[in-house]
Amino acid sequence: MNQPVNPSSLVMPNGTTRPQLRIVIVGHVDHGKSKLVGRLLHETGSLADGKLEMLKAVSARRGMAFEWSFLLDALQTERDQGITIDTTQIRFRTKARDVVLIDAPGHAEFLRNMITGASQADAAVLIIDALEGVRDQTRRHAYLLHLLGVKQVAVVVNKMDRFDFSEARFTEISEEIAAHLIALGVAPAAIIPISARDGDGVAELTDRIGWYHGLTVVEALDALTPALALDQLPLRLPVQAIYKFDDRRIVAGRVEAGHLAIGDEVVIMPAGKVARVKSVEQWSARPIEGALGAGRSVGITLDRELFIERGDVIAHAGSVPTETRRLRARIFWLHEQSLKAGASILLRLGVREVRATVVAIEKAIDPGKLAHVETREIALNHVGEIDITLAQPVAADCHADNPRTGRLVIEVNGRIAGGGLVLTVDAGRAVPRDIVPVRSALRPEERTGRYRHNGAVLWFTGLPGSGKSTLALALEQRLFHIGGSPILLDGDTLRAGLNRDLGFSADDRRENIRRLAEVAGHLARNGHIAIVAAVSPSRGDRAEARRMVDSAFREIYVSTPAAICEQRDPKGHYARARAGTLQDFTGISNEYQAPEAVELAIDTSQASVREAVDRIETMLRKSAVLHDQIVDLGANI
Amino acid sequence: MGLSNPERSQTDVVSMDHLDQLEAQSIYILREAFARLKKLALLWSLGKDSNVMIWLARKAFFGRVPFPAMHVDTGKKFPEMYAFRDKYSVEWGLDLILENCPPIESIDPTLPPAARSAARKTEGLKSALAKHGFDGLIAGIRRDEEATRAKERVFSPRGLDGGWDVRDQPPEFWDQFNASPPDGAHLRVHPILHWTEADIWAYTARENIPIIPLYLAKDGLRYRSLGDADITSPVASTASTIAEILIELDGSTVPERAGRALDHETEDAFERLRVAGYL
Repeated sequence: MNQPVNPSSLVMPNGTTRPQLRIVIVGHVDHGKSKLVGRLLHETGSLADGKLEMLKAVSARRGMAFEWSFLLDALQTERDQGITIDTTQIRFRTKARDVVLIDAPGHAEFLRNMITGASQADAAVLIIDALEGVRDQTRRHAYLLHLLGVKQVAVVVNKMDRFDFSEARFTEISEEIAAHLIALGVAPAAIIPISARDGDGVAELTDRIGWYHGLTVVEALDALTPALALDQLPLRLPVQAIYKFDDRRIVAGRVEAGHLAIGDEVVIMPAGKVARVKSVEQWSARPIEGALGAGRSVGITLDRELFIERGDVIAHAGSVPTETRRLRARIFWLHEQSLKAGASILLRLGVREVRATVVAIEKAIDPGKLAHVETREIALNHVGEIDITLAQPVAADCHADNPRTGRLVIEVNGRIAGGGLVLTVDAGRAVPRDIVPVRSALRPEERTGRYRHNGAVLWFTGLPGSGKSTLALALEQRLFHIGGSPILLDGDTLRAGLNRDLGFSADDRRENIRRLAEVAGHLARNGHIAIVAAVSPSRGDRAEARRMVDSAFREIYVSTPAAICEQRDPKGHYARARAGTLQDFTGISNEYQAPEAVELAIDTSQASVREAVDRIETMLRKSAVLHDQIVDLGANI
Repeated sequence: MGLSNPERSQTDVVSMDHLDQLEAQSIYILREAFARLKKLALLWSLGKDSNVMIWLARKAFFGRVPFPAMHVDTGKKFPEMYAFRDKYSVEWGLDLILENCPPIESIDPTLPPAARSAARKTEGLKSALAKHGFDGLIAGIRRDEEATRAKERVFSPRGLDGGWDVRDQPPEFWDQFNASPPDGAHLRVHPILHWTEADIWAYTARENIPIIPLYLAKDGLRYRSLGDADITSPVASTASTIAEILIELDGSTVPERAGRALDHETEDAFERLRVAGYL
């Protein structure tokens, strides 16, 4: 019965040696996801025998023309109602790789299924109907991809055949979606005009889109890269269980990040107990020699008897997770009943389960509208930031430090009701019991209606002398003249008062930026446009400011060349730094870290102040800060 | 604290291939099921998938399967399958539970013939669940087998009647599973949902997992999928080794369940069975 095979002689086709990529397809309902998937399978020759005939028969039985979506919509209710209810997965092969396509429903009420699908993906395809353009659900999906940590997004503009393959229409949609994605910190990998129905742009570029010279959908999929290896991060081995089936006491779990080997000294968190790895236990004929990397399900024994339990996290000394009873998280909410401040919840951080209380809710928004709504509760399908206190200490990481362990889910009545990213652990932000934040008497919409803009933070960064303050002042005037409420927060000005206790060390600079972002974010949440002009040399500090302010953040890089900045030297700083009388001056002795992706870059040696302000205004109109007319508010925000 | 973070070059970390990744994920799922559910059993249909699943359970729990393996027997399997069961249940040290299915006469006569025959298994399963009080059943279904299975969760809740509510599946992401069924209901746990047919064969070969010889071609025919003898047919094939099966699958667009009669009776035959509690 046993059929021994020499593994080295084996051909292992279909995914066992080829690189595999998991891609989720998302977008508003009826924008053509299922058609595109059907078309992709067809064009790459990946359809099973008889499938095409089966689909024809199924379509005919319902008195319909041929319907590609029935390929994925396998459930009767889906076929009868013509919608995708649940996420599904299907495989196909391109020349370069195996692709697992995850189809995710577009309907708002099935958002939990979309998240179930998208959370497993390395990359995403966001589909937009050329007729309908960018819709609420498109924006919501883009936001959730960003929240789930999916950083690679290819955009397809579908149904170009219904718009006469108009290049102008394509450009219009491209600019709008690109601005939205960039505002979320995601650079679109490609934006492709297609007709999924006819095949234009899917596997080949046709004459009808002769004006387009970019990638086809298949080429774009081949250009996306699998998720990064987690071996490089510090070790995190969450304990799933302790097994004592025989004499051994085996600690079992999956290495979520980093690596470990026999002989390593480890710390068991949150208790902080120290032990050494005595053995790596395996059942199989093929023991693994060497260090075990991220992704492995392992079993180890330790050199001493310690009390360890499920949910503890094993790490190396010197790079342990934080022991904490307080967290701040950005979450999405999938439960019919809103999440309210004061709620008792069950939290899962990896395999750790802990009771917790929501002490405060901030920045609750509908990701489709990107407008702040109620600030005391997070409604179904909305997102928000929450501060949580835990009933017992846990080992926790921020998502920025570790994408695997820095995320959590919330359970209500035994069912996952929400999930999100850990923003800070043990932060001073967790509100003490005796402090009760007071909300504004005005709702954000009231201010939006008067000012004709949403609250925003415009963050000017660049070398000293690059022209930040000049542009900020000009922009302040422009916005005021069109009826808005701009408020200037100049870095130097605030250092004279609010921040006068701070110097120019890296820590002080970070705190300086944090306070600026805190004040600016507060203004933006109250409907004003905060214009920040600060060198803010650290990319990490600016990223933190963006995280704090969230979707209202727009970064403007004043990219004037260093030589010209020094030549201008408006405050005489360069001269004094050159002379050695000014220490830690960014531009000469400190490194300025130029941004990699920003909403706008302006070189003031190339553009006049007026031109620059025009460009900023255009960007603000396109990225949903400024509105032309009040009646457009509902449709365009 | 003594030692700081060990300096280790990337090359010392043993890299994982595709099969290693599948294996690690399955072990993680099995350990989660064992940690979070009170009374588990693993469904053993004796086929290639459930054999891989048992193998993975032995890896997850270091050589022993700490819950019973249950064979819900229609009494209509191939003789080779019974022989396989009797040999390996002993050799693998399994705590084997055998349960029978009710007679065909007690099954809904409006079902098409093959579906009606398959529905016996659903009923057998339900009575076994009631008898043993399991709150978790580990099953070896895969997404690539069939379109409704592609929509499954890894931890899939079943109602009190054993049914699957496809319209109200809980969210499941980041390997966070819903594992609290209401009293009397149970969860289906699917540790190899993410594997493909080719993965199963490649792993079976790599690990030297025993198989039923019906899977290998004889006289130009072999079984790709094994069910009851009366409703399962062989497919044309010359693949007489696993290596040859892998080559055959690589070029094939014939669906795996082509030889399963019940899939072809009506458009929704399979969905109806699965909603009612079939695997």
